[in-house]
Amino acid sequence: MPNIDMDAPGSNQLFIGNEAMARGALEAGIGFASAYPGTPSSEILGSLSEVAKKRDIYVEWSVNEKVAIEAGAAASFAGVRALVAMKMNGLNTVIDFLSTITLSGIGKKGIVVMVGDDPSAHSSSNETDSRPVSKWLDIPLVEPGDFQEAKDMMPFLYGISEEFGTISIMRSVTRIAHARGNIKLGEIPKIAHKARFEQYLDPAAPMPTPIMCVPSSFRHMFQHMRMDKVREKFESCSFNRYVGPDKPDLLIITAGSGWLYSQDAVNALKAENRIGILKLGTLWPLPEKLIKTHLSKADKVIFIEETDPFLEGVIMEYTAGFSPESKRNLFYGKHTRHLNSFGELTPDAVIKAITSVLDIKYAPRDAEYMKKVEAVPQGHVMDRLLTFCPGCPHRASFWAIKNALAMDGRNGFVTGDIGCYTMALGPAGFFQTRTHQCMGAGAGLANGFGQLSRFGFNQPVVSVVGDSTFYHSIIPALVNGVHNHSNFTLVILDNGATAMTGFQPHPGTELTAMGEPAAQISMENICRAIGARVEICDPFDLKDTTRTILDLVEQDQGARVAIMRRTCELVRQKKEKKPYKMQIDPDKCLGEDCGCNRLCTRVFRCPGLIWDAAAGKTRIDEVICTACGVCADICPEGAITKEAIA
Amino acid sequence: MKNLSKDPINLVVAGVGGQGNVMVSLVIGNALVHEGYFVTIGETYGSSQRGGSVMSHLKISAEKQFSPLIPEGQADVVLGMEPVETLRVLKSFGNQNVVTVVNPRPIHPVDFTGSGSGYPDIQSLLGQIKSMSARAYVVNATDEALKMGNAMLANMILIGALLKNSLIPLSEDALVPVIKDMFPKAVAANTKALKAGADLVSILN
Repeated sequence: MPNIDMDAPGSNQLFIGNEAMARGALEAGIGFASAYPGTPSSEILGSLSEVAKKRDIYVEWSVNEKVAIEAGAAASFAGVRALVAMKMNGLNTVIDFLSTITLSGIGKKGIVVMVGDDPSAHSSSNETDSRPVSKWLDIPLVEPGDFQEAKDMMPFLYGISEEFGTISIMRSVTRIAHARGNIKLGEIPKIAHKARFEQYLDPAAPMPTPIMCVPSSFRHMFQHMRMDKVREKFESCSFNRYVGPDKPDLLIITAGSGWLYSQDAVNALKAENRIGILKLGTLWPLPEKLIKTHLSKADKVIFIEETDPFLEGVIMEYTAGFSPESKRNLFYGKHTRHLNSFGELTPDAVIKAITSVLDIKYAPRDAEYMKKVEAVPQGHVMDRLLTFCPGCPHRASFWAIKNALAMDGRNGFVTGDIGCYTMALGPAGFFQTRTHQCMGAGAGLANGFGQLSRFGFNQPVVSVVGDSTFYHSIIPALVNGVHNHSNFTLVILDNGATAMTGFQPHPGTELTAMGEPAAQISMENICRAIGARVEICDPFDLKDTTRTILDLVEQDQGARVAIMRRTCELVRQKKEKKPYKMQIDPDKCLGEDCGCNRLCTRVFRCPGLIWDAAAGKTRIDEVICTACGVCADICPEGAITKEAIA
Repeated sequence: MKNLSKDPINLVVAGVGGQGNVMVSLVIGNALVHEGYFVTIGETYGSSQRGGSVMSHLKISAEKQFSPLIPEGQADVVLGMEPVETLRVLKSFGNQNVVTVVNPRPIHPVDFTGSGSGYPDIQSLLGQIKSMSARAYVVNATDEALKMGNAMLANMILIGALLKNSLIPLSEDALVPVIKDMFPKAVAANTKALKAGADLVSILN
């Protein structure tokens, strides 16, 4: 991770989009930043946390997104520029607060929400497009078209937030937030932040205190007036620009990563003289006059944007109000099926859409090469399914859950949640997880399943959550379950980190985002205080863990908790050497004749174990194996051995 | 910085989650940006560290910032950290002019070990890689790295092989400050690995 606060104005650096945004926030002079981690947004706060002390700003990983945005708003209310970051799932959970702060307005200093959308849901449970929130709730929204803009838009957006007294949103997508590109650094100002909440009515303030959302209709009208003023400002903004001929055969209207793909496509098709690109950086409120000017110069228009047809929709809606004698355009995009309104945009998708509209022939490679491509046997490029890392405690935890539920014999199942352990939907976790929704939903669902015995339901329900998820959104569900006598087992996989997103701290860990000692909140104490039976086990002790889960499942009443505690292997291996020397005795390994039919490589499937088809034996891949030792306990023949390394 | 005979140079780094794919693209990318080039890097991710196929797309330009994804069939150079992944990338991004550098050490997929049908024959994989490349080089990066005491050094060995054959506009000297910056505790080992890659790389026959 580069040092985002390096004092080298004018120098060129290679930053990921998130680091560029964080740098932009520093250059904008923020004093407060809060976030809950979520791909692809996590590095914004992560990189700020590295420099917070030196820059004398406050940075926190909040327990969840809703607390993060409310905490950030307080800083704005007290006169300190605030940044709040989250992924689109997080934005969904803060809509209620956004719907009121858009009415109340903000404090004297600005607040910006940076939301990372994940088209194609590379690391998400959905691929929601955040942009419609801006139209729905009347919030200015910008989207960077490259890495430099990801930085440069930040000071601009704080200016908008403060000039018009409104919270503002920057949307980015995975291919900007998580891609890397050149950044020319600017200056970071030295600001002595001074926080004070003015409690008296200040008629000169953009919105008189107290900061409140009532009377709502009046304030709703006021927000619409503010948005009209923001629209005027956006009309002449340099983040909106046009490249191409005066009268193009085709006008592309694009934003975000679509801007880069559109340029690549025009370049690949050598169609610079035929195609113009109107790149928008300020997406809402729509810079209508600018758009109308460009629409008047082309007959055909295609929209290139990630996920939903947002610009496509709002611009077509806008043109529907044109007078009958106005110029009419032929619009192409997602509504004409030239592009998909699901999955992420790619340069190939843009090339295909353009060649279809303009009837251009394009073949990326010759027929002879394509024959070679087609001649590659499917088995030579087999799929690689995702799995838990070698040595991951989750593999052992799900092994224990699987065996406990099998021993119980009542067709029990797991309701899943969001984290690395989501992979238990597949072979990584032996297909134990049977429901998968949003953060916290597994425990909420378990509450409901656990009330269905009156209708004949008799299957054990096990809700499996991570430690960070527990604090984020499980506690209310456990309260509900204990209070209402719901029948389920909650399993908390406590690996001591928010592992999926990059090991951020959470309320149960030792340090704050700023690296200071935290007040550690004990999850077992919370669960016991709520009134749940709590058992704690080490998933690498398979026997004890399996027995404990079976005992909890068989209790068959009330909400009870198992905490499976074992440090994330990726965290452990940074601090410690391999604990064991692992070996396989080829004389004991029965291979295909194993009574359990190659339990280790066919079912347990740790990437460190390889099936050597030629020898008919299992062996260990020394590069991959982390020597956790768990496989030694599952081998029925005792062929796999672990020997402690002193 | 110099003008490139082809601009941009499209480089794909192909490997498996956990191998250090992102690190390779960062080392190369940082050095190129310090040399004055525009670099855009896009990564397959979500599967990093988790056994899935991982690739990085690097676009290197003397002129402008390109998008983070390479279109179908448009790779100029493929750096293959694993043979099956190299072939997979050639299928999607290869063309008659592509130059490939491959580390022949396989990483077995878990689902594959589970099916019992075995990893494809290495010689057959290498033959296909050769036939789908204008030129192909091989370097036993993992074997050498294990001799040097750390499998992760394979990545620097592969970068050394790229440099030796002038496949990217970088000299060994340009990498030294990046190595010092990124691996302050392992400067000697990484520098040695870089040189080892240059010494060991050979034409794939």
